[in-house]
Amino acid sequence: MSGLTAADFTPRSEAGPKHGISRPSLSYWQDAWIRLKANRRALTSLYIVIALLLFTIVGPWLWRVDPALQDLDQISQPPGTDRRAIIVEDYQPWAGESQLTDVTGLHLAQPATTQAVRLVWDALPGASGHRVYRNLFPVGPELAFGVPLAEYYDNQVLYFEDRLDLRPGQYYYSVVALNSRGELQDSFATIEVQLQRVTTLEEAAARGLIDDSERLQVGDQILLDLHPLGTDYLGRDMLARLMAGAQVSLFIGIGAPFLFVLFGLVYGSVAGFLGGRVDALMMRFADFVVALPFLLFMILFKIAFGIGPGESGVFPMLVALVVLMWPATARLVRGQILQIREQGYISASRLLGAKTHYLVLRHMIPNTMGVVLVTLTFAIPSAIFTEAFLSFIGMGVAPPTPSWGSMSNEGIKTMLTYPHELIFPALFISVTVLAFNLLGDGLRDALDARMRNQE
Amino acid sequence: MGWYFLKRLLQGVITVWFIATATFFAMHNVPGDPLLNDRAVTATIRANLEAKYGLDQPLTTQYLIYLGNLARGDFGISFTQENREVNDIIRQHFPISATLGVLAVVFAAVGGVLWGALTALYRNRLPDYLIMFLVIMGISVPSFVIAALSQLLLVSVNNVFNTTVLPVAGWGTISHMLVPALVLGLGTMAYLTRLMRSSMLEVIGSDYVRTANAKGLPATRIFTRHQLRNAILPVITVLGPAIAAITTGGFVVELVFAIPGLGRFFVEAVQQLDYTVIMGTTVFYGAFLVFMVIVVDVLYGFIDPRVRLE
Repeated sequence: MSGLTAADFTPRSEAGPKHGISRPSLSYWQDAWIRLKANRRALTSLYIVIALLLFTIVGPWLWRVDPALQDLDQISQPPGTDRRAIIVEDYQPWAGESQLTDVTGLHLAQPATTQAVRLVWDALPGASGHRVYRNLFPVGPELAFGVPLAEYYDNQVLYFEDRLDLRPGQYYYSVVALNSRGELQDSFATIEVQLQRVTTLEEAAARGLIDDSERLQVGDQILLDLHPLGTDYLGRDMLARLMAGAQVSLFIGIGAPFLFVLFGLVYGSVAGFLGGRVDALMMRFADFVVALPFLLFMILFKIAFGIGPGESGVFPMLVALVVLMWPATARLVRGQILQIREQGYISASRLLGAKTHYLVLRHMIPNTMGVVLVTLTFAIPSAIFTEAFLSFIGMGVAPPTPSWGSMSNEGIKTMLTYPHELIFPALFISVTVLAFNLLGDGLRDALDARMRNQE
Repeated sequence: MGWYFLKRLLQGVITVWFIATATFFAMHNVPGDPLLNDRAVTATIRANLEAKYGLDQPLTTQYLIYLGNLARGDFGISFTQENREVNDIIRQHFPISATLGVLAVVFAAVGGVLWGALTALYRNRLPDYLIMFLVIMGISVPSFVIAALSQLLLVSVNNVFNTTVLPVAGWGTISHMLVPALVLGLGTMAYLTRLMRSSMLEVIGSDYVRTANAKGLPATRIFTRHQLRNAILPVITVLGPAIAAITTGGFVVELVFAIPGLGRFFVEAVQQLDYTVIMGTTVFYGAFLVFMVIVVDVLYGFIDPRVRLE
């Protein structure tokens, strides 16, 4: 070999371009956060989740209405109802005199109010008695008269006063002729009545709607309590109840998954790390728990714990969820640990003298955290659903404690007449579940390297 | 295969024993005395019941009596319904729940596979977005809301046509079953759609599909012979648990649509603390589910040769 001189063996100049990492290195979590931020759907869901938590925690501080307080003037009021009420005199007994003399047929004796509706009519042709009905809807061709209110077996009484549970709005009163044996005849008269909301000075003062200093007179207008989202069938404020219900639903929906994922993490890592016969035994037990019919056992555990008087039943539900739902996480974590145990960096760490607890705490658990976080996010909607489901069939939290599920249960009974009582709690359940599901999708994409780029 | 099946069956029996034990001790913990009913229980009745269930014996003896009765298939007699055995109740009402459940599973499986395949084929185009939006709605809206809304829809449809196109509630004919089964299967259908979509996307990107394309096979043939058959496998694995979720999740649908199924009976029994009915139904359902999972696993072995080798 010739041609090589000593000059060829001089060290390389140090001035050339250096090779190095051009960008700052990112930790696993920093990388995940950047990926999550790039995912608009997941980020929006994260904001919704934060807003829901604020609604639950800060909401009751801003909207200080007792969720159990009943506003009997405003029962089942949809949001945005006219809150004006006119002050009238105290109730006076009435014996059928009509202020209006030039009207015939079924008519009002005086303007209809929520205090009383006073009807006067002429005897119907061929009638030897009358029956009075009230309905929320027009009578129509199928002759739906509604609720029978009173019956008279002679033509002496031709007036009727209704004071039963009156609310502002439209009512349809009908008078139907009866024959001498008290049977219904064909002839009837019907009238549409518009009720005006009224209150007396005494009532308004008792409810704290007016001060003594205000000099109000009969005929003046006052405003009833504000209910931004309306009221339920007992006149309770929907917004306050939704906030109180959020506390129950989210406490169970977030608390239970947190606890059972934690338990599953410990159980799964112990089983995966110990391996062998202990692992087989522990997983066998987990299989048993998985085999329990979930909803039946939720109900069974709930009645087994029993709900004493005055208890809400939140705690039994929490425990039942934790007892029944941990095995899925345990299996997952065990699988992860088994995988990680065989990784090169564990051997390297062991070679460098790392002790068992260091390996578990420093390498194994942090490396399962991504999967655990995703599981947790997906467990929350299923826990919220379970709570709603059980409360809906009446096996959940005990009334008067509100939860979104029990509110839906109450609302569904009046779905047609007062849809807002169902829509609001159902909407909150749906939005919460949706947000956690989409956030879970985003987290999975951001955290789980194997799932990346699949969607 | 026979050995595998036998082994699974034995495991299943042990699992059912565990379920029965858990049920027994959970029910034993329920506060209150089953014999202290509102209706006067005479000394003779009390003595008879105590003798039958060993209620005056120690807990272990009661447990053994209970297991013995179970082994003989005797779930006992209802505490609240006169002269009615739990076996009779199950025999009468379970077929209804099962029919509803099977129909729901069929809806869920067929719908899930079809929609999932469709979204994958039209990935990131309008059908994909549309179906995935519906899927997300199906996952997020509680079943009782969907049930109520579907009833509302049925009422207005019936009003428009002025006849009963489909009945709003009740049980009896096939037309009573369609809507409840669809509502019951909707959540699972949404879940299966998502699963099928990701599985199908994987298959579409696989080498054998590329080869089939390169050979010049028509698209429909690739779809039916190569894509669908391979993509459907993960769906079949989760079908066992899905059947479980659907059959025991029927309470709400049975309540809303007034269907006399076992789920509704269970809820009523819990409200009236009918001990034997609660225990019998729970153990029966548990055994049914364990059996269903075994059947699906065995079927899976037949369908996917790769599993059989293991």
